[in-house]
Amino acid sequence: MMSPKARREFGNFLFVAPYLCVFLWLLIWPLISGMGLSLFKADLFGGASFVGFENYSRLLQDPVFLQAVGNTFYFVALTVPALAIIPLFLALMLNRATRTAAFFRGVFFSSSVLSVTIVTLIWRMVLMSDGGFVANIIGFFGFDPIPFLSDPNLVMISMSIITVWWCLGLPMMLYLSALQQVPQDIYEAAALDNTPWWKQLTHITLPAISRTVVLVVIMQCVLQFQLFGQPQLITQGGPNGASRPIVLFIFEVGFRRWDIGYAAAASQILFAIILMVTLAQYFVASRREGRGR
Amino acid sequence: MSKPFGHMGWRHSLWWLALIALGLIMVAPLIWTLMLSLKSNSELLRSTTNAFHLPYTLENYAAILKSSGVFRWLFNSVLVAGLTTIGVLTLSSLAGYGFARLEFPFRDVLFVVVLFGLAIPEQAVIITRHQMFAGLGLHNSYPGLILPGLAAPFGVFLMTQYFKAIPKELDEAAMLDNASRLKVFWKVLLPLTLPAQATLGIFTFLAAWNDYWWPLISATRPEMFTLTVGIASSQINFAQTSGLGYLMTQAVFASVPILIVYVFFQKYIVRAVAGQAVR
Repeated sequence: MMSPKARREFGNFLFVAPYLCVFLWLLIWPLISGMGLSLFKADLFGGASFVGFENYSRLLQDPVFLQAVGNTFYFVALTVPALAIIPLFLALMLNRATRTAAFFRGVFFSSSVLSVTIVTLIWRMVLMSDGGFVANIIGFFGFDPIPFLSDPNLVMISMSIITVWWCLGLPMMLYLSALQQVPQDIYEAAALDNTPWWKQLTHITLPAISRTVVLVVIMQCVLQFQLFGQPQLITQGGPNGASRPIVLFIFEVGFRRWDIGYAAAASQILFAIILMVTLAQYFVASRREGRGR
Repeated sequence: MSKPFGHMGWRHSLWWLALIALGLIMVAPLIWTLMLSLKSNSELLRSTTNAFHLPYTLENYAAILKSSGVFRWLFNSVLVAGLTTIGVLTLSSLAGYGFARLEFPFRDVLFVVVLFGLAIPEQAVIITRHQMFAGLGLHNSYPGLILPGLAAPFGVFLMTQYFKAIPKELDEAAMLDNASRLKVFWKVLLPLTLPAQATLGIFTFLAAWNDYWWPLISATRPEMFTLTVGIASSQINFAQTSGLGYLMTQAVFASVPILIVYVFFQKYIVRAVAGQAVR
């Protein structure tokens, strides 16, 4: 027999139990067994032999994987600053209670609700050099089409443009909500002093919303390190692997070549990279904040 | 109101010019897609510049209505996204109430573990989850498409925060009346969380509707594709496609339901990210 207290606590536990079951079954267990799997040479057909860290050392010598890591960092370096800065300016422009501003907020957020397959379908028709929208426009002015998707030096930049167009809505909304929290009397005082607007921006607005800037940068880092659909659908990683990110590498190795131990190892490296970048930014941000006080 | 860009004459015009220019860049790809979808495939084969002028036709839309595949995908998407949303709302509300209000051993440790789950990217678990589901025969089934979405910890985090913000006196008073925990939860607290339910619901629905990774590897039979994966499958065969106009009509057709949801729930989406600040 359980004591009344134990029975009561068991009854309480039943509220969280359904979620915890799903959580442990579909998130924690696959994570742990994935770490285990990365130490095996395994394929889909049941064959598996323990190889220790061989998958990892193979990855670090695999030029295809190293190129994918380089591509991913390059992509993050292109998109995250753009997705931290462009939405900030949009938010500054749209931070007013007019119908026009509300309409444009809706316009800039609308792309965020589309799925990656629609976004890539649309943008392929914009960027392709044979009859794409941009090619038609610049062709009208007598210029040759730009090989956005077939030039290895341009393809990641094209992916970044697509991604910024797709993802800028959410950071804009986050900035808008942060701007609403800034006390208005500071601006009124600044206006009396005739402070120019760019000084107001750097001395009042930016310090006041610095936490949101950090939040946006961390969120976008986590998101953009997981780049997959855009290159998978438009270029299949080409030309010459110039647009293959880490996740596409995992997908090809795990679900096309069925070398699942190797793919599991690559996905653990991606997890580690994302975790380290997130923690680093978090610590830098909290240290700076501590010094400010 | 915005101080950086005041209402002075030339500055105001500059504001308008910049907004219209940026807005045009934003919608130009969408308009281009719409124009292409309204052209006959043979005309586009000659040159896509034809899309800039008349004649326009609805033949691609008629073709879509005749093909059954797209409607099956639409049905799958509605079902999967809808059931995922209902499941997440149910599990998150129960767990949020439990973590925020009730006493049981290891409660705080368990909550920290759930928070840690927020940092796990899909790719770190997808290979072993795919194996697990293969072993259970769940691929190409609705449970197989829905279950993974239920494990996301964000909803539990959100609902726990929300329940914590509700004054404790409310449920304590009800408890004194000898109401059961389930009754307090159902009758007193749950109605107060409706704004949070709306927020969580719309974001879960959007995420499930747009999810590409998991349905791509789990649903391999065309009749189990979601709209997102189905549109991708016609895109992969881009070179031998039945026609550009038809492909773009699919894009329009697939965006319309979610854009309608967006327009309808815009208020909640804005409120979701903005607190109550931006109206």
